[in-house]
Amino acid sequence: MGGKPQKKPFPWHIPVFLAPAVLIYTLVMILPLAETLRLSFFQRDPVSQASFYVGFANYARLFFDPFWVGPFFNALGNNLYFFVIHMLVQNPIGILIAALLSMTHLPGKKFYRTAIFLPTLLSFVVVGFVWKLMLSPLWGVSKDMMSSVGLGHLFMPFLGKEETALTTLSLISVWQFVGIPMMLIYAALLSIPDEVIEAAECDGVTGLSQFFKIKLPLILPTVGIISILTFVGNFNAFDLIYTTQGPLAGPNFSTDLLGTILYRTFYGQQTQPGDPNMGAAIATVMFFIILAGVAVYLFVIQRKLTRYEM
Amino acid sequence: MAFSRARRNLIAELGAHAILLTFTVIALFPVLLVLINSLKTKKAIFRAPLAPPDAETFDLIGYATVLAQGNFPLYFWNSLFVTLGSLFLVLLLGAMAAFALSEYRFPFNRFVALYMALGIMVPIRLGTVGILNLMVATGLVNTHWALILVYTAQGLPLSIFILSEFMAVVSKDLKAAGRIDGLSEYAIFFRLVLPLVRPAMATVAVFTMIPIWNDLWFPLILAPAEETKTLTLGAQVFVGQFVSNWNAILAAMALAIVPVLILYLIFSRQLIRGITAGAVK
Amino acid sequence: MKTALRGALLAATVLAACGPAVAEDVTLTIESWRNDDLSIWQETIIPAFEAKHPGIKLVFAPVAPTQYNAALNAKLEGGTAGDLITCRPFDGSLDLYAKGYLAKLNDLPALENFSEVARSAWTTDDGSATFCVPMAAVIHGFIYNKDAFAEVGVEVPTTQAEFMDVLAKLKDEGSYVPMAMGTLDQWEAATMAYQNIGPMYWKGEEGRKALIAGTAKMTDPEWVKPLEVIAGWKPYLGDGFEAQAYADSQNLFTLGRAAIFPAGSWEISGFKRDADFELGAFPPPLPAAGDKCYISDHNDIAIGLNAASPNADAARTFLEWMGTKEFAELYSNSLPGFFSLSSHEITLDDPLANEFVSWRKSCDSTIRSAAQILSRGTPNLWSQMWGVAANVVNGTQSPADAAAEMQAGLAAWYEPQKN
Repeated sequence: MGGKPQKKPFPWHIPVFLAPAVLIYTLVMILPLAETLRLSFFQRDPVSQASFYVGFANYARLFFDPFWVGPFFNALGNNLYFFVIHMLVQNPIGILIAALLSMTHLPGKKFYRTAIFLPTLLSFVVVGFVWKLMLSPLWGVSKDMMSSVGLGHLFMPFLGKEETALTTLSLISVWQFVGIPMMLIYAALLSIPDEVIEAAECDGVTGLSQFFKIKLPLILPTVGIISILTFVGNFNAFDLIYTTQGPLAGPNFSTDLLGTILYRTFYGQQTQPGDPNMGAAIATVMFFIILAGVAVYLFVIQRKLTRYEM
Repeated sequence: MAFSRARRNLIAELGAHAILLTFTVIALFPVLLVLINSLKTKKAIFRAPLAPPDAETFDLIGYATVLAQGNFPLYFWNSLFVTLGSLFLVLLLGAMAAFALSEYRFPFNRFVALYMALGIMVPIRLGTVGILNLMVATGLVNTHWALILVYTAQGLPLSIFILSEFMAVVSKDLKAAGRIDGLSEYAIFFRLVLPLVRPAMATVAVFTMIPIWNDLWFPLILAPAEETKTLTLGAQVFVGQFVSNWNAILAAMALAIVPVLILYLIFSRQLIRGITAGAVK
Repeated sequence: MKTALRGALLAATVLAACGPAVAEDVTLTIESWRNDDLSIWQETIIPAFEAKHPGIKLVFAPVAPTQYNAALNAKLEGGTAGDLITCRPFDGSLDLYAKGYLAKLNDLPALENFSEVARSAWTTDDGSATFCVPMAAVIHGFIYNKDAFAEVGVEVPTTQAEFMDVLAKLKDEGSYVPMAMGTLDQWEAATMAYQNIGPMYWKGEEGRKALIAGTAKMTDPEWVKPLEVIAGWKPYLGDGFEAQAYADSQNLFTLGRAAIFPAGSWEISGFKRDADFELGAFPPPLPAAGDKCYISDHNDIAIGLNAASPNADAARTFLEWMGTKEFAELYSNSLPGFFSLSSHEITLDDPLANEFVSWRKSCDSTIRSAAQILSRGTPNLWSQMWGVAANVVNGTQSPADAAAEMQAGLAAWYEPQKN
């Protein structure tokens, strides 16, 4: 048939922009990970050490064997709680601090910003050490401080009690990472064009109502990004628990997260040998949980958010 | 009227200071505790963790141990080289890919975007054995490049994810104008778009830098040799099975905060300056 | 096969070229979790070996203990692990041998210097292959603050009743925390408490073997009783012991604030350095006067040969040297509390270490009950023991429930214990 449209030249710039990232990412991350996840369909014979294909048997064990299903759902529940605390405490505090920082003409801004971000720069080894030291009933830092404001009777060995350990660790994690939402929101607030604010002020919208009616809707996409980052970060978290509570996430598994159960299974601990096959099964399930969360964000929440061009 | 408004502003400002100060104290106190205790004798750390060092408890033994054991200046350099190298690649390659994904319509665009986002959802550590095999096969074990490649792969998904969000809001008129002026796609990316997303790049830099700087696992597996040891790995030598040398750990960690804090200050300045510059335009 | 061939080739080249070619030094790397021992290796053991064996250089490369297993496994799989591998006891290393990562050492003459019991921790179940050269065992007991005992006016207890009496007196007097132990890290409760006093009740090897044979259960009185005993310690632990980590316990004791430390002999060197009071030690108290005495004398550490090592000959030279009296003496005396497993007669300089080792004369030795065979399945008995022992001391689980939980776990996969 005649009238073939003029063929456009191949857009070489697209592969040039994409290829380096895709290549490195595929080679160094995707292929090794796929190799690991493949293990979830195998088991190793304890005597001959030979590996053999078992189909979905490891997944069946994870969901039906009482010794796996209990701990797994315990960890999942704890992880949800961990995430909820971050969403309820970390992100609102981050927004509050950012909003205060964005008040014009506030002296000392830079100092506050840097100071509040500082904990994020610390390694988990230090965070674990210093909070254990502070919360330790023996060395008395927090006990004395609570007594000095008349709350001494509320002091408990927070990290050692099943009722309080997970909340305490969630709050420590909030302490460490609140700088991230703060920084992102602060940047988003700064990039709101002055004209928008001026227009609002002309209409008499100021102060708190200005924040809620004008600024907050404008920074919602950033809040969305933060939520998804928090979600992914929380569901991959394990270092903090490992350094403060050990690989068994005590007391009595009350601080066990998906990340800790995964590493304990995959790499083993002490005389418990690692089980990469079961570990890979857990990792795969975790992957789908996180994927589901991200999909909800991408296809439900993000579509409802209006974007404004800068 | 004007008076009451000024007074209200003053009260608001004081209130803001009070709240910010509270959070600052909460954030800084534990950090301060690390610094204070890094300057004390081991016994004094546990006898009175809150007390600042005095004549009797002041002790630089931690710092002395750190400087005597191993080659800490070299470890510092290794950490810095690896962090900056990875950061450079993550930012450059990430921005390029994000631009391609957010700017052009092409088959499988959404698929590639999703594929690149998968990496956010699985911790790369699970692929350790595969990665190690790859590095052994390519002879990169015990080189900085092994670490830089891993951290680049690890950082790219998030960097592409965040940067595409920001690139999606870069003004279309600007790019259209550039094309009318006959700029190549590369020029549009490097000369028009990159400067505009500088704040986003600074954000990504901060995100990417922290886990790399503090990572223990990949240096341990991929580059444990003395010549390529990073600072965090070097400090691990003081963590014992039964007795840990807390003086040395605290000293090493106190020292380790400095470079990463400087990097943070540089990036956050970029961030703020980039945004304000954008707003003025 | 491949490695054997490579080893043979290497040996051939070494033999063939007696000229300047051999001047090239072989460097052996030792993988270990003992960061604590770095200076001892660097300053004492390595120089002693290198002086005897010019041409072989040793590098001691420890990693933090919590990362050792994972890091070692990854390096073995990737082929980048060191020539010599420090072996955890029993199933931890058996697994590595089964996967072919550790070489069989049966033909190593040095092994003759170790008793069968010493080798048992690094030998296959059927006894056909030994894969690590034993280094040391550790003994459980109690270390106490002699000054505190004198001050409060209590004597070293020998029976459980006396022990509780001492704790009560210490508590009444009030200047010392009676016992320094926490449950945050969980393993303290399993190791320093349950495995420390337990052998007295389950009669050491007799009880352990009965459990393996399936003729005894964890819910039998001899296994539940020690849980009840450690549950009774709760009132005598420090304030907020639930959040007390192992390092806190050590500091509490060495700062002179606690009177008794349920210990492993490995504490000796650290305590001697940090404590400025006089230290003493006593064995776990007898259930009743006149009972037979059993102690936990656990094979703890050994070194094996990476099957893929290109320097197998040099590595074997080193392993051979580990069987000498010279090594045994150097090691035991630089690390008091780690008792050499060799059959050589060794003089220990440290009085506290001598106190611990003297119990071997009056008591029967046993190893930790969950170390061999019983921790091969899922759920892992040793990991379970950490959790339930901590729960029992915390008072959040009754000894009977704890025992039932362990028994149920064991019955889930271990054939002789099923129903």
